[in-house]
Amino acid sequence: MDFFQVFIELAQSTVRVSTPLILAALAGLFTERAGVFDIGLEGKMLGAAFAAGTVAFLTQSVAMGLGAAILVSVLLSLVHGYASITQRGSQIVSGVAINFVVAGSTVILGEAWFRQGGRTPALMESGRFGTIKLPFADALREVPILGPLYSNLLSGHSPLTYLAFLMVPASWWILYRTRFGLRLRAVGENPGAVDTAGISVIWLRYRAVICCGILCGIAGAYLSLAANAGFTKGMTAGKGYIALAALIFAKWRPKNILFACLLFGFLDAFAIRYQGYAFPLIGKVPVQLMQALPYILTVILLAGFIGKAIPPKAGGVPYVKER
Amino acid sequence: MSELAIELKGIDKSFGLVHANRNINLKVRKGTIHGIIGENGAGKSTLMSILYGFYQADHGDIVIDGKTIKIRDPNAAIAAGIGMVHQHFMLVENFTVLENIMLGAEESQILNASITKARAELKRLEKDYALEVDPDAVIEELPVGLQQRVEILKALYRRADILILDEPTGVLTPAEADHLFRILEQLKAEGKTVLLITHKLREIMAITDEVSVMRRGEMVATRTTKDTSVEELAELMVGRRVLLRVEKGEAKPADVKLSVKNLTVRDSRGVTMVDDVSFDIRAGEIVGIAGVAGNGQSELLEAISGIRRAKSGTVSLNGSAIDVTGHVDPAELRKRGLAHVPEDRHHVGLVLKFEESENAILGYHDDPKYRKGLLLDVDAIRADAEEKIAAYDIRPPNPRLKTANFSGGNQQKIVLAREMERGPDVLIIGQPTRGVDVGAIEFIHKRIIEMRDQGKAVLLVSVELDEIRALSDRILVMFAGRVVGERMPDATEGELGLLMAGVEGRKEAAE
Repeated sequence: MDFFQVFIELAQSTVRVSTPLILAALAGLFTERAGVFDIGLEGKMLGAAFAAGTVAFLTQSVAMGLGAAILVSVLLSLVHGYASITQRGSQIVSGVAINFVVAGSTVILGEAWFRQGGRTPALMESGRFGTIKLPFADALREVPILGPLYSNLLSGHSPLTYLAFLMVPASWWILYRTRFGLRLRAVGENPGAVDTAGISVIWLRYRAVICCGILCGIAGAYLSLAANAGFTKGMTAGKGYIALAALIFAKWRPKNILFACLLFGFLDAFAIRYQGYAFPLIGKVPVQLMQALPYILTVILLAGFIGKAIPPKAGGVPYVKER
Repeated sequence: MSELAIELKGIDKSFGLVHANRNINLKVRKGTIHGIIGENGAGKSTLMSILYGFYQADHGDIVIDGKTIKIRDPNAAIAAGIGMVHQHFMLVENFTVLENIMLGAEESQILNASITKARAELKRLEKDYALEVDPDAVIEELPVGLQQRVEILKALYRRADILILDEPTGVLTPAEADHLFRILEQLKAEGKTVLLITHKLREIMAITDEVSVMRRGEMVATRTTKDTSVEELAELMVGRRVLLRVEKGEAKPADVKLSVKNLTVRDSRGVTMVDDVSFDIRAGEIVGIAGVAGNGQSELLEAISGIRRAKSGTVSLNGSAIDVTGHVDPAELRKRGLAHVPEDRHHVGLVLKFEESENAILGYHDDPKYRKGLLLDVDAIRADAEEKIAAYDIRPPNPRLKTANFSGGNQQKIVLAREMERGPDVLIIGQPTRGVDVGAIEFIHKRIIEMRDQGKAVLLVSVELDEIRALSDRILVMFAGRVVGERMPDATEGELGLLMAGVEGRKEAAE
């Protein structure tokens, strides 16, 4: 196969695999920048994927599926918010609890409702996101180099993929160009400054957590309504954790998140394509090693190559007015 | 002008069993600088937090400009024209000056318009009050003096007419403090009312028009500053006569006990905090290290006491070297005659959840006299604690009480008793009276002098210049990690202040 075609195909699947990562990492960006660490991205995405699969099957409506996904994810976010903002509990424990509860309950509910081993029934076309064909995609396909780039790489993705990529500049704009963003970043650094300026720390953090829920919900819906035709158990397969790694790797900045997610997405796409492939000189690389690559890379890069990733200063600490 | 800016009537506030404010009445006249003085824990900060809406009073009324108002949150305080400069600055460190000033007072949902407006307004404030600061500078890169200026600008930007400053000079050099006072004078001239909270008598005398004294949650007196004296205020604060000057005789320095040569220490980020520092301390003398907090004093103490590894240099104790660049066991140093009263007693000096007797032997618990076979000899430990409690007048005199329940001064006495009663050859003390009330300060100072007179070598680090001058036989000034000058204790405050600000030292080093 010629090199260019391999490149296009790898790039295409990189974009597909990166989509949920970008959405989830941006979700994490909103809450962590506000000082609420969220290890529960994985659980929220999984819960959203299940809700999307179930509701889309029952209603045969992709919009309803997406709505249900966002609703479930926001509710889970509010649970995390209640535990860690209002009750000032441990943000890590709350996040882990959400991951476990969702991992278990999606299987139980799925089995009880559909009896397909924790899956939701396969969706028809009407219950799934189609792909968007950009204008002239067919006409331009034959143009050398640019044609395949436009028609196969830029065109032909799910609307949620385009949304994910648009959310990167949008998140940057919200965080750095609006009053809400200024306050949100401030509350993650020094909630005392926000409180003394007469702004409610609690309400601000809840809004951040809700933003996180919405984005995680879209990420989950992408998994069961666009990347697949329905929910399968444990279908997030650690994507929430990879998104978290990407967030740290990106030093909590929107533009970096895009590149980090594309990099991790590429590694994943590469691992899928070259499973069991014998490389020259190295021979066969175990699948597990390939799948572990994003994590190994994070550890190595964080250990010195990208400099220190400084988290938001008040991250992980519940706000208590000091006496 | 006799109009009142603030009137507090019968303010009362309890936190659980602690009665922080009891029936407080206070009148502050418009256009004056009004001082509030009192020991730590006297309730000054609580009272100001009530005024700024951080807490709600259980009883009592707040009258601002003749109108009784309810201040439910800082928003209401801001609306009533009250601004506050907190002891720990309420700034977002990685934001710019402009962003910090705007935060919470943005004009619109989208920032651009607010930024333009804030920039113009800031220009005007700078001009009116001579408060220059670069609006695009990032806070963490500014010296503390300028950070405080940003806090003041924040209040003025919100059109505050009443400005509360909570212990504003704690982090400033004497020169910066003088500058702050000039700013306050100017604010007063513009008709603003300033409330200055402090425990430093000198500042009260220097700048206020009137002063109110708080003691144990009560407002005990209000005086016109020019009709009162430091002695009277000190007595009102403590409730009894206090000796403000420590009596001490000539030092009789003998052999060198602690010798530090070319010591260089880096902090965890790799920044050089102690830079090629050398000095000797002899038996029977107190060497004081003066400097603004954060100029390497902490790292110096940590390196000498074996808590932090030094980059290079040598330290010798009683003539034999300590491996400061390699692995040092602090327990080993104790055995060799070095005792250390750490700067931060809460995090390093004490385990607050332990009972008093346990803290009284912390670090010395492997001494056979506290041991009975494999177990600790609890009776011996408590008996030992009781002796120290008696000798150091630690209150309440209960060795089984949880350490967190002692006041700051008594906690410090627990640490001092533990380290001093061992009879070390070298005593290293960091911030001996931080968060300690005036009565206990007197006691602690006497003890330190006694140690010296018993022939111990004492290294004293303090950010309180008065304390350094009162106790030391020689003063070393640290600035940016270097010892920039050595002076005798009769050096003037101005002279030391210039050294602390790094102004004089550079010249001296160049010579």
